Amino acid sequence: MRVPILKQGGYLIASIQSALSDEDLLQLQDDLAAQVGKFRSRGAIVDVTVLDVMDSFAVRTLRAIAHMIRLRGAQTVIVGIQPEVAFAMVQLGLTLEDVATALDLEEGLAYLDRWIRPGAHVR
Amino acid sequence: MSGDAVADPRSELVSPARVPIASGTDVVVARQRGRELAARLGFSGSDQTVVATAISELARNILEYAGTGRIEVGVGHRGSRIGIVVVALDAGPGIADVPRAMLDGFSTGKGLGMGLPGVRRLMDDFVIVSEPGRGTCVTARKWLI
Repeated sequence: MRVPILKQGGYLIASIQSALSDEDLLQLQDDLAAQVGKFRSRGAIVDVTVLDVMDSFAVRTLRAIAHMIRLRGAQTVIVGIQPEVAFAMVQLGLTLEDVATALDLEEGLAYLDRWIRPGAHVR
Repeated sequence: MSGDAVADPRSELVSPARVPIASGTDVVVARQRGRELAARLGFSGSDQTVVATAISELARNILEYAGTGRIEVGVGHRGSRIGIVVVALDAGPGIADVPRAMLDGFSTGKGLGMGLPGVRRLMDDFVIVSEPGRGTCVTARKWLI
């Protein structure tokens, strides 16, 4: 199932809706890279809340997405990694390296606001 | 079936679910079967995720190194213990140096070199039998309590 991508302000939000096949993830990679250009987005959020497994392929692809979007001049945040998924990833030795993560969509948006418009948010 | 290239480990499995692995979609099906069985056996949510992740990684190894193969999940017994048994079988090129393949960071494929050592960490028991030119059989178990 193709992952829907919403445009919200200057950001893109890709909200994964169900277990993804490898092809779906690769499609998301292509879609996000294209839409960052089309909408001149400064940030992208990939919401993985519903993913019940993140294996080496999923992690590798998410890293590739984030790196590619950075090359397109935008920042990516992965949000919603579930606690048991995080546990299994650590056991497996998988890391997202330098890719930004946030607890949920709200925190992800706050992160992008801070990153992209420093000073815009006064706390 | 007697066509398996490596020793058949299925004797310990009581009516296993068999999932042929030939595409990324099969990987998802295999790990869902594993999660369902783990849930039926009473594994916690996080252990269900651990089992599903291990299956996913084993299925990926099959795709990457052998092209096709099979994942079986079934119920295992050892003494009074009950658990889930995952068997990953292929008739691929096999692994020439198994101890080396079990080292973190070693990979001959395009993966992260995490596959087998990672699966061993996720599961309680891990046995690998591989013969170059004939195939590989991984048996991994996770016990309840």
